[in-house]
Amino acid sequence: MAENIPVGSTTDGAVQVGGGQPADARVSAPASYDVADFPVPHGREEEWRFTPLERLRGLHDGTAVDDGGVRHDIFSPSGVTTELVDRDDPRVGRAGKPVDRVAAQVYSSFQKATVITVPKETVLTEPVRIAAHGQGGTAYAHHVIEVGAFAEAVVILDHTGDATFGGNVEYILGDGAKLTAVSVQDWGDKAVHAGQHTALIGRDASFRSVVVTFGGDLVRLHPRINYAGPGGEAELYGLYFTDDGQHQEHRLFVDHAVPHCRSNVVYKGALQGRQAHAVWIGDVLIRAAAEGTDTYELNRNLVLTDGARVDSVPNLEIETGEIVGAGHASATGRFEDEQLFYLMSRGIPAAEARRLVVRGFFAELVQQIGVAELQERLLEKIDAELEASV
Amino acid sequence: MATLEIHDLHVSVETENGTKEILSGVDLTVKQGETHAIMGPNGSGKSTLAYSLAGHPKYTVTGGTVTLDGEDVLEMSVDERARAGLFLAMQYPVEVPGVSVSNFLRTSATAVRGEAPKLRTWVKEVKEAMERLSIDPAFAERNVNEGFSGGEKKRHEILQLELLKPKVAVLDETDSGLDVDALRTVSEGVNRVRESGETGTLLITHYTRILRYITPDHVHVFAKGRIAESGGPELADKLEAEGYEAYTKGA
Repeated sequence: MAENIPVGSTTDGAVQVGGGQPADARVSAPASYDVADFPVPHGREEEWRFTPLERLRGLHDGTAVDDGGVRHDIFSPSGVTTELVDRDDPRVGRAGKPVDRVAAQVYSSFQKATVITVPKETVLTEPVRIAAHGQGGTAYAHHVIEVGAFAEAVVILDHTGDATFGGNVEYILGDGAKLTAVSVQDWGDKAVHAGQHTALIGRDASFRSVVVTFGGDLVRLHPRINYAGPGGEAELYGLYFTDDGQHQEHRLFVDHAVPHCRSNVVYKGALQGRQAHAVWIGDVLIRAAAEGTDTYELNRNLVLTDGARVDSVPNLEIETGEIVGAGHASATGRFEDEQLFYLMSRGIPAAEARRLVVRGFFAELVQQIGVAELQERLLEKIDAELEASV
Repeated sequence: MATLEIHDLHVSVETENGTKEILSGVDLTVKQGETHAIMGPNGSGKSTLAYSLAGHPKYTVTGGTVTLDGEDVLEMSVDERARAGLFLAMQYPVEVPGVSVSNFLRTSATAVRGEAPKLRTWVKEVKEAMERLSIDPAFAERNVNEGFSGGEKKRHEILQLELLKPKVAVLDETDSGLDVDALRTVSEGVNRVRESGETGTLLITHYTRILRYITPDHVHVFAKGRIAESGGPELADKLEAEGYEAYTKGA
């Protein structure tokens, strides 16, 4: 399934049917809310082996101390409530437990969790916006976004500025709810951001996630999907543009534990520069009870210059044969010198030729998102990123 | 009047066995409005000439000069050559995933013309050019050369030729791999550009077949990296009858 793999890249894939090591065993300790349950990683663990720990600035070993270094501003349409709550609030931690040391550190370290609630049957006409702006310090934050039964909402999380940031997000969808959740990592060059984004999808609910990572020195996110009842749908879209010196890691896990749910994952990344490193892990587990599951995941990478590195690891484990479909694909291709020559031979300057190709590569994905205003904004963002870096 | 002058051009490539000279002193002048056919056996260096003129990085110019209206072409980057008025229709056009034909054409027309064409007239211009080449309108939304048939690729090259209106067009084996219908359509496109009188055409071909549709003013036989003989259209008839043997044998 891999094609045109450039030097310095790996593209592995695995499909296991029954038995064997469960996909979620990629984590070396059981999920827990308590940071003390996770040993400090040394870098050789399966879930840490791609991550340069020395660049995490202590998020993984307890030395990063919250100094309020990230300002959060929330803009919410009327009808939406925002509360600051303690760790023991029943809504906190409901979507799923932290699965690694950093996510548990966030859970153990945040001052107050922010709970944003869209009441049941409320259909929002404008998005909820959460702006996280790094002020150069260290911060831990936990957001819970709860969308009640049959409610519909779009939530946009923007991360800008510079910070060492541990951020967890929980999305809780009631029965029949519809949520589009966008998380844009538009950090400055020095930012470090790690965290877990966990969704719990109610019966017949639809969750659409768009993760866009452009900035930061290091970004490491765990988008995770759990289903609370049958009929749930998850569309997970991701876009990343990894420049020289950046490490951008997206580790997805979709846990099909209930019947008749659907998941579709498409992550696309472009890389340029010698020290650009992108990691994509796509784990899907179809448990024995999850009959009627339909799942597909795709990761595509476009390597623009020599020396950039991609690790793309899709993994599908199936414990029941009674499914509608299951598949995955991963491909990493190069922007070839011949393509560059062809475009340049038509008068197009080299930098513009690169931009043209990358814009096209991402536009294909953006068009699938289906929210016009959001699509436009993302294309503008892509253009701005390309203008600045290619 | 635009003139492309090639003088004593030497070009080499790097191979596993070291540097190899492919062009050994090519002399040729192509003026606006003229059509020159370059014919020759495989391996004679015809395509190397085409790609060297366009500036492909694989080829190293080791001697000689190329000027377009007195400007040094060899000093220009690939895109500068195109903007100066050189066009190469490729034998094997490259697939560019993610870039639609319409976006590509507009970007390239903007680059070559120095300003973005006005949207309304541009849409009409492209539509008409596509109709003349019997290209399906849906083609505009496909990715450049991706999944195109051989004939579609060549039509797409000629579509660009018609839209970019270069001073000098180099057509590298545009006829190869075409059935008779496609060959006729493509030749009609080339003839429209010639009739404008504003483009000099360098038609590189292995076969005489395309010369039934496009009558050259000059025919050159290419062998061993240089022009071995030049003449009028009658030279093509001689090649048709006798083949290239006279030019390839001997050291």
